[in-house]
Amino acid sequence: MVESTLTRVLLRVGAGLTLAFIYIPLFLIALYAFNQNVTQAWPIENYSTKWFSVAWENQGVRDALWLSLQAALGATIVALVLGTLASMAVSRYRFFGREVISFAVILPIALPGIITGLALQATILDVLGPLGVSFGLTTIIVGHATFCVVVVYNNSVARLRRAAGSLDEASADLGADTWQTFRFVMFPQMRSALLAGGLLAFALSFDEVVVTIFTAGAQQTLPIWIFATLARPAQLPIVNVVALFVILVSIIPVYFAARLAGGAGLTADRPAKGSVAAAVEAEP
Amino acid sequence: MRRKRIAVWAALGLLVAALSVVAAGCGGGDDEAGASTDIEGLGTSLEEIQTMARDEGEVNLVQWAGYAQLTDEFEAATGCKVNTKDGGSSDDMISLIQTGEYDGVSASGNASVRLMTTGDVAPIDPDLVPNYADVQEGIKDQDYNSLDGQPYGVPHGRGPNYLMFRTDDVPEDTDSWGVIWEDDQLAKYKGKISIYDDSIFIADAAVWLKATQPDLGIDDPYQLNQEQFDAAVALLKKQAPNVGEYWPGTPASQIAAYTNGDSVVGTTWPYQYLQLTNADPAVPVKAIKPVEGTTGWSDTWMIYSQAAHPNCMYLWMDHMISPEAQAAVAEGFGEAPVNLKACDLTTNENHCSDFHADDEAWWDDVYYWTTPVEDCGDDDDSTTCVTQEDWKTAWTEIRG
Amino acid sequence: MTSVSAPETPPRAHPGRRLSTFLFRHPRTRLALLLALPVAWMVVVYFGSLVVLLVSAFWDTDPFTAEIVREFTLDNFKTIIERPVYRDVAWRTIQMALMVTLADIVLAFPIAYYMARVASPRARNLLVVAILLPLWASYLVKVIAWRTILSDGGVINWALEPLGLSFDGYSTVGLWLVFTYLWLPFMILPVYAGLERIPASLLEASADLGGRSLTTFVRVIVPLALPAVVAGSIFTFSLTLGDYIAPGLITSEQFIGTVIYNIRGQALPTAAAYSFVPIVVIVLYLLVARKLGAFESL
Repeated sequence: MVESTLTRVLLRVGAGLTLAFIYIPLFLIALYAFNQNVTQAWPIENYSTKWFSVAWENQGVRDALWLSLQAALGATIVALVLGTLASMAVSRYRFFGREVISFAVILPIALPGIITGLALQATILDVLGPLGVSFGLTTIIVGHATFCVVVVYNNSVARLRRAAGSLDEASADLGADTWQTFRFVMFPQMRSALLAGGLLAFALSFDEVVVTIFTAGAQQTLPIWIFATLARPAQLPIVNVVALFVILVSIIPVYFAARLAGGAGLTADRPAKGSVAAAVEAEP
Repeated sequence: MRRKRIAVWAALGLLVAALSVVAAGCGGGDDEAGASTDIEGLGTSLEEIQTMARDEGEVNLVQWAGYAQLTDEFEAATGCKVNTKDGGSSDDMISLIQTGEYDGVSASGNASVRLMTTGDVAPIDPDLVPNYADVQEGIKDQDYNSLDGQPYGVPHGRGPNYLMFRTDDVPEDTDSWGVIWEDDQLAKYKGKISIYDDSIFIADAAVWLKATQPDLGIDDPYQLNQEQFDAAVALLKKQAPNVGEYWPGTPASQIAAYTNGDSVVGTTWPYQYLQLTNADPAVPVKAIKPVEGTTGWSDTWMIYSQAAHPNCMYLWMDHMISPEAQAAVAEGFGEAPVNLKACDLTTNENHCSDFHADDEAWWDDVYYWTTPVEDCGDDDDSTTCVTQEDWKTAWTEIRG
Repeated sequence: MTSVSAPETPPRAHPGRRLSTFLFRHPRTRLALLLALPVAWMVVVYFGSLVVLLVSAFWDTDPFTAEIVREFTLDNFKTIIERPVYRDVAWRTIQMALMVTLADIVLAFPIAYYMARVASPRARNLLVVAILLPLWASYLVKVIAWRTILSDGGVINWALEPLGLSFDGYSTVGLWLVFTYLWLPFMILPVYAGLERIPASLLEASADLGGRSLTTFVRVIVPLALPAVVAGSIFTFSLTLGDYIAPGLITSEQFIGTVIYNIRGQALPTAAAYSFVPIVVIVLYLLVARKLGAFESL
């Protein structure tokens, strides 16, 4: 370690403060899930678990949760396909407009969500409406997939950039056809990056509200349900219960994804330990 | 390489042009519906409507928060599940209805007139709405719920925009709008004033000016000539830095603000007043119609001209003017019901008189929300009034 | 003398193999197949719908019904250029975006550095999970929680009361806190990845050459980490610039997103015209970021 002891102590303190900053509000959300009162006042006077059963019995929130899961799954799949294809094209070939793709793919997430939302809504109403297309799960998925592509793409490109192209050529030299090269050489290298990207895409889609408001029509995903509940003070505590539930449930996939990525965290910048690619990279 | 680049730019340009043409050519959808009560899929008799409604199974409504009442009973009786979407403002509701995803809307006057003009809502056939006969005559066939002699929906109820204040901060005998307009009052309550966030609030400034600056000659606070309009806007710009919250039409944030004491005086709807006084512990607020009069609204349930579930919607309209639903709405939201049979059913037997349901004189200085029109809506060709569009633009400037 | 056997004819290839050989020999076709779907999606779905919206910026509206009248006009652009409120709001939003970015950089750096270079691998793993987890907590719920934290009776004022201070949470400062909080994970992750990539040998070399911690930090770490910081700032800047929900719930001030949202219903062409402002700002920001190498650090 190069850093002095003082530096390391300061870093630990800084890290601790930042972690506290991140988690205190989440801790408060968890506390309010047990708040007996309907209004969110501070300090909390009475605790109760009654809102958990109320939330469980609320049909609206269950339907919204289900719709959100479906939309996130669909969007993640589409984003994985599009992101993988684009990343493979960009990292293995040189062609006119290559840099434009990296730029174009980040725009849906960089430009304000309300612009994307208005644009999609205007298109559905004015252009696709006369063709019989209407709001629904499909339009939600299309909207989400568009800005989820970038997280898959970035992770995948970063991974492919580090993985030697020579491996693909070696595979071809050894007689593998295109599919076999993809299956046995490229894909295993990309797997951890795709997992990381897919997980992030799922999270982004699951939590998205702005674009969804404009593409969902009368349907309610979970964030839309939460937003609508803001107008109904009597049901507000259910929101905290649901939030806590989602956080707790997502600890499991996030943790396992981190482990499966082979101890390199979820930035997927390093190949999984023990893989061929790691061996190749380890060579001077 | 360069030729390729030119080719790509040309292709992009063509694409933009093509899309513009497509977007220009494809209409927004709704041609002016003829003033016909026919909606595709609507039954022609009460029995038919009831049967077809069971097949439809649901009705999707755009509403002001808290309007739909007794939805479980309705669903049990008709088989139509009620899904509601709360709108924050009339503009919001118009946008929502125009997406085509909803069957009906509880429209205030500043939405209903526009919707009737564009043909987004259809007139109703009163024969198919049995409870319509019991609606107060004084509310039928008004400018905001009828066009060319045809009724365009069922009245829901009416109410004033109250001046509400916390009695532990503002003198209990306050009876004038001056508390949010006069300079010394603005300074006194700076940062704790709560104002409705919509351009329609310009009319409230006009109401104040009508009382305090009679030489401006304001008569109808929604039809203002340029001079009157500019005076109202100047007044609002003076008020703006002192406003703590422009509440957005979904009442929860205003309710929270008054509960916490972040807001102590401002405009509100009866709904918030009831929520605050019925809370546990109750918040000490008082709501009044000040001496200068106030703006208000008389709302109408209207059916979307291309509703996907027209039969359920007709049954819903009939349900909302039934005495039971009217009583529930009256006490849940604080409306004055339009079907006076509800007055016998309210838990508080004085509700109707408390809310002036039968007292027409009380409503004389309540100016229902409506839309500004360029020709001022009068027969005088020489007068021009500021348009709805300019109200909207001015509001963005006022908010700063 | 050994005889050389005649070359064997390759076995009759099945269609999949034949296709694969074709693809191998025609890299351009391979490329075209790879790109077809993503490019078609981006162009048709995304850029296509953007064009549909932005084209309406050149149209007019009926002053009463607000229906769009498809007549070419530049009035919408005139409105947003001439009336000062649109300038003020845009400037206020850009300032907020910059302040949030700065705050996030300051908060992210210590923990990112700690994770990248000081923490044990096990701690690092746990920390990555700890940073990612808040992304699964609903954005709306976080904003609502902060509303309560910032209110007159909330945690912050409750803590300040014994000191005799008070804090008006429903203000620009409060909003700044909320935004900083919301986008922090988006800054920590790229910075962590960027710091991790710095070879330890460079830092040792710097120490060998006599550089103390601060010198090493300023002259070695910062320049190497800069692309990653800029990459993170893309998110904090752009997400703040366009948001309309948090501002609406925390403060009464108008921001670009809230203005667009408020006028979208009855003045869509003006909203579309105003949309050009954040689009231009963000595209410029992305171009600068790309120059600084951020795209490789995302």
